[in-house]
This record gives sequence, C-alpha cells and structure tokens, in this order.
Amino acid sequence: MVNGKRVLIIIPALNEAGSIADVVGEVRGELPGVDVLVVDDGSTDRTAAVAAAAGARVAKLPYNLGVGGAMRLGYRYARDNGYDVAIQIDADGQHDPRYVPKLVDLLDDNIDLVIGARFAGEGDYSVRGPRRWAMVMLSAVLSKVAKTKLTDTTSGFRAANRRVIEMFAGWYPAEYLGDTVETLVHTARRGYKIRQVPVAMRKRMAGTPSHSPAKAMIYLGRAFAVLTLALIRR
Amino acid sequence: MKLTLVTGLTGLILLVTIVELLRRRQLREKYGMLWLAVLLIVIPLSLFPRLLDNVAGFFGVVSGVSLVLFLGIVFLLLVCVHLSWEVSALEEETRTLAEDFALLRAEVEAQRAARTQPARDELVSHDG
Repeated sequence: MVNGKRVLIIIPALNEAGSIADVVGEVRGELPGVDVLVVDDGSTDRTAAVAAAAGARVAKLPYNLGVGGAMRLGYRYARDNGYDVAIQIDADGQHDPRYVPKLVDLLDDNIDLVIGARFAGEGDYSVRGPRRWAMVMLSAVLSKVAKTKLTDTTSGFRAANRRVIEMFAGWYPAEYLGDTVETLVHTARRGYKIRQVPVAMRKRMAGTPSHSPAKAMIYLGRAFAVLTLALIRR
Repeated sequence: MKLTLVTGLTGLILLVTIVELLRRRQLREKYGMLWLAVLLIVIPLSLFPRLLDNVAGFFGVVSGVSLVLFLGIVFLLLVCVHLSWEVSALEEETRTLAEDFALLRAEVEAQRAARTQPARDELVSHDG
C-alpha cells in the first residue's frame, strides 16, 4: 500500500541474474507495502529462481517476447489481481525505487500515466550524437502529441493507474521501441493524461550500454520509423 | 517442342506434389486450393505459350509470355505479403498463449508455495 493504493512493481528481466536480487531487495526495502512481480522474459540464466528467492513473485515466459511482451504480461497480472497502480522498473538497477512515491503522488492528481524522466533537471545523465538526435526528435513530437513536456520518452520507469492498466493489459506492442514510444502516442491519443517527474538515473548494476556510432545511427532510423508508424496508426 | 516438354512436365510435377501434400494432410486446404487453381491456369499456358498473345497485345505487351512472367511476379509478391501477414497473426497468437501460460504457471507456483509453507499463507493470499 502506498497512499492507500495497492501497488504492483513490474520488473521485466532478461538474463539479469547478476542484478535482479539487489533490485528486488532494494524495492522491497524502500517500499515495504508493495508487491513485486518479476517477469522473466525467457532468460537462459537463473533470473527467475534468484528473483523468487529475493521475495518477488515471478511470472516466467516460456521464450523471449521482448520488453513489450513482458510488460503486457505484467499489466495483465496487475489487472487480474486488482492492483490500483502498476509501476515498471528496469531490472538493471538504474531506476531508484525511492522515486516511486513521487510517481504515485501524481497519479493521485488525476494523471493516468507518469514517467520518471532523465534530462528533467535531476541527475547528470548525458548522451551525444545520433542517440541524442533521436531523443530530441522523440521528445519534441511526443510532447506535442501528449500536450505536456516530455524529455525522456524511452524511459522504462513509469507508473500507470487503473484505467491505463486496463488498456495496457489488452493492448501493448511487442515490437522494438513500441513499448515506450508507441504506447505514449496510443495513450495520449485516447485522452489519458501523461506527466513526467524528474528522476536521477544510476549506473547500471550489471551489463554495459552500447556506444557504437553505427548502432546509434540505426537506433535513430528505427526510432524515426516507429514514431512515424505510431502517428499514422489509430 | 523440347521447351514445351520441359515446361509442361514442370507443371505436372508441381500438380502431383500439391495433390500428394493435400492427400497426406500436410497442406491446409486453403493453401492447397490456391495452388491447384494456379496450376490449372499455368499448365495450359506451359503447353501453349502463345495462348495469351491476344490479351498481351491488348495491354501493349509484345508477347504473352512476358505478360505471364509479369503477372507471375506480382502474384508471388502478393503471396509473400499474405504469408508475412499470416505469420504476424500467428506470432500474436503464440504471444498470447505464452502470456497465459506464464500467468498460470505463476498461479500454480504461488499455490504450491502456499501449501508447502502454511506460514507464508498471508503473503500469497492477496493474490486473490
């Protein structure tokens, strides 16, 4: 319970056995009243077992569906078990669970979807090159669509209220970037209110982000394609 | 004459293959019928390639064979698009199945944990 609401933390995890125990432990330590669901997205390591041992509920997919697939499963679980709030947190430890009450607070003010955003004044995260151009393009367009300032549209740190949980449980794209960009367009177009909350992101506990310029260019192209498709879809 | 033999035989072999696949229930009828219909058009054309010359002339194509080639490529492209569409639908179906399966497995495991550790009943019971 946070602010009198039943809260579910959804953590999609793919081969995160190295960090998942710490992430689950930290969430449960910081937020004693919430339930934690780790969605194991077809990991080949011991992610599911480690997460269960750390005290999380675990839903293990038989094979890899991508973040979007894992998240729809999480939202279905939240809907079926009557949670008021579902919060998505990355399994690599870059999201600080101490911000969760801040996100939930905004949901109280009739906001439907709250995004924990970098580049919004808190923390010192920075990117350059094509990756940065992609982010600038995405935030410019999506801010317009959502009629609110969004600086970190690909953030995997978000809180949804009951109405959005219902929607995401029935519809959640499994494609690349669909889980972030397309869901934002879809949600905003249906009249749900979106806001962002500045958060500081931490270094990942395990794994490394890619810095290759070629990959960054491909990312820019794909982001553009996904955004265009999302905008011409209904 | 030799060419007609080659094309005609190819058509017949394809026909036998499709019929045999259908007979062994290896091919869904909706696809089998499609290919049978295609072969019914293609086999006469392979025996008498000049059949379509008049139609081709009407469309401004010099030879009936070129027209057949063009239509064949368009048709194959459409078939490919259709198959991609079918695969997308199948992926959506298997995705839903995988999710259902994971939800059920989570529920079964929660119940098993509740049975083996009655002390933890309270933790699990608000699963509803």
